[in-house]
Amino acid sequence: MNTTDTSTPTYRRVGQDLWKFILSELKPKGKLLTPFNIISAPIILLGLVLIVLRFTMGLGATTNLNQEFPWGIWIGLDVVTGVAFAAGAYIVTFMVYVLRMEKYHSIVRATVLNGFLAYIFYAGALALDVGRPWKMINPIIGNSFGVSSVLFLVAWHFLLYMMAQFIEFSPAVAEWLGLKKLRKILGTLTVGAVVFGICLSMLHQSGLGALFLLAPAKLHPLWYTEYIPVLFILSSVFAGMSIVIIEGTISHRVFRHLISTKNHAEHMDIMVGLSRLAAAALFVYFFMKILVLVHGMHWHELLTPMGHLYLIEMIGFVVLPFLIFVIGAKNRDRKLLLSGAVITAVGIIFNRLNISVIAFKWYAPAHYVPSWIEIVVTLAVVFGEIWAFRWVANRMPVFSESPRWVKTLDEDTEQTVPAGAVPVKVKK
Amino acid sequence: MKTTRRKFLQFTGTAAGASLLLGPNNAFGSIAKKDNSQQYAMLNDTTRCIGCQACEVACAEQSGFPSSDTKPEADNQRSTGTEALSVVNAHATDKGIVFAKTQCMHCDQPACVSACLVNAMYKTDEGPVIWKEDKCMGCRYCMVACPFDVPKFEYGSLNPKIRKCVMCFERLGEGQIPACAAACPQEAILFGKREELLDIARKRISDNPSEYVRHIYGEHEVGGTNILYLSGVPFDQLGFRTDLGTIPYPEYTKTFLYSVPLALLLGPAFMLGLRQATKGKDDKD
Repeated sequence: MNTTDTSTPTYRRVGQDLWKFILSELKPKGKLLTPFNIISAPIILLGLVLIVLRFTMGLGATTNLNQEFPWGIWIGLDVVTGVAFAAGAYIVTFMVYVLRMEKYHSIVRATVLNGFLAYIFYAGALALDVGRPWKMINPIIGNSFGVSSVLFLVAWHFLLYMMAQFIEFSPAVAEWLGLKKLRKILGTLTVGAVVFGICLSMLHQSGLGALFLLAPAKLHPLWYTEYIPVLFILSSVFAGMSIVIIEGTISHRVFRHLISTKNHAEHMDIMVGLSRLAAAALFVYFFMKILVLVHGMHWHELLTPMGHLYLIEMIGFVVLPFLIFVIGAKNRDRKLLLSGAVITAVGIIFNRLNISVIAFKWYAPAHYVPSWIEIVVTLAVVFGEIWAFRWVANRMPVFSESPRWVKTLDEDTEQTVPAGAVPVKVKK
Repeated sequence: MKTTRRKFLQFTGTAAGASLLLGPNNAFGSIAKKDNSQQYAMLNDTTRCIGCQACEVACAEQSGFPSSDTKPEADNQRSTGTEALSVVNAHATDKGIVFAKTQCMHCDQPACVSACLVNAMYKTDEGPVIWKEDKCMGCRYCMVACPFDVPKFEYGSLNPKIRKCVMCFERLGEGQIPACAAACPQEAILFGKREELLDIARKRISDNPSEYVRHIYGEHEVGGTNILYLSGVPFDQLGFRTDLGTIPYPEYTKTFLYSVPLALLLGPAFMLGLRQATKGKDDKD
């Protein structure tokens, strides 16, 4: 990415024309021909062409989905895994706004932005997979509420959580556009949005797992358990943390010029803290998995090929990253923490794909394998999200400090407006 | 057993508490289960089926699909598809070749209906499970959920539909019986009320104990289905899934769905409490 760019964002000044400012911001910033751009731009372009193809030729011509395997990687990877990766937002906001761990305040905006964009792009990818996307509005506008469906819950929670995340991030937009009054109002909504957003997150993170509760005869017994929802919440914690660590480490270098010296100095502390949390979550998750295995009594399955996959998942992607995080946090070793995070992230992909694709109908003679089109579109969605993230981070106060007027605004707010949409005692 | 006052109070207390928590409809849903004995149902007697495919032809004609010219053979198992809502397969069993027709089982508490987030899959009061085109968004969760892999999706279409047997719901409205049952020359497919068909099935088993296995497939499977089967050989030899259990599929997600309002109610209170509890001297509000 544009590591050589040293320009800091300029926010709209008071009196500057709003539309002219937005137009000027649309121009690209930084160098265009970076290795990242050279790789990602053609994939995004190809992905766009393939998306057009999907809507003109149909799902049958572009994917390897069939009557036996109705869900492929556009669900298993884009949605089920992508949402787990976006979990960092609800965990970090919980730590900062509920537990008041101020240490993590500097990464809130980047994490929330990443979460918000992940939902936009990954949940947005649902529209590609759904056969009749023009009907996607049906469960929302109320002519047909399928309230007994877990998917109904997930759909609503996606929508509401995207709104909550936008509210959480919106002060940064207002600061960028120099809209003081709006910023003042939006700032008061943050705590309410955070609290509501955490509940929604926990419910749909677990809900994505609960989707597969309806497939007891199709999902391999080593993965099927009534505890799938709990396991999904637990694993979303270290999934989210691993992405925050990876994103934080990359951003720390790429957006170096935007980050204040104070936040630079604290960066290592933050990474160590997040790694400890990830390690704790991995440990609890491992414990739960063992409990489920013991109660399920599927020991003999461990010796089958699917059992080997299960063991690889458990040892290579749960126990191993746990140890790496523990040692890395003890020695404050940046490289070790990053590798722990990468292994965890790969493990989450592996786990989510196991449940939604690989161990789903493991007995079928001809198993689904994604088509190259499905893979390229998935890569394009991921790169698209990174491009959007970079675009926002280079313009709005995400890594860079908020404009100076915000400080005085916040002090005012404290005196007069209750924090959050939920009634909280006002300081008189 | 005599009901003591204590027991009575205990029960009413629990019931009232549960109904308050879950809403009256949900709390008593399981107690006052909908009676399906008078619903439309079909009894497929595989000992009578000769594999003539008359039902298949009638089904295709009724739905406007081309008739298949593939004959049922034991080494070529066919499945239903977007243009074949019911197919007859041959199975090599202990008693030689046995034919069995497959189609939607029209579960009493269907997995597809509880999976559908837009009520496009719909269990009618009359018994058949139907699909409503104007609601379906094509998410295919019904296909993931169905234990019998019945719903089929038109992948080749830009306006794809879910295709499945609807027990000729339109014909039923016109006072006719389903096309397959009307076409069967062997009376292997009986159409009627579920309760009556169960009686007939039990009578056939007790009258000819050597001809039938003592199992009516669909009586209890996944909580009961409106399509019932009789067989002379154990059902796994006919390619039927015998590992599905008797728990209705909606039960698998019920606990999770019940926890949702609770989490949305208690979650914010808990977190705002935590926020207050962690408040320091210099923190705002």
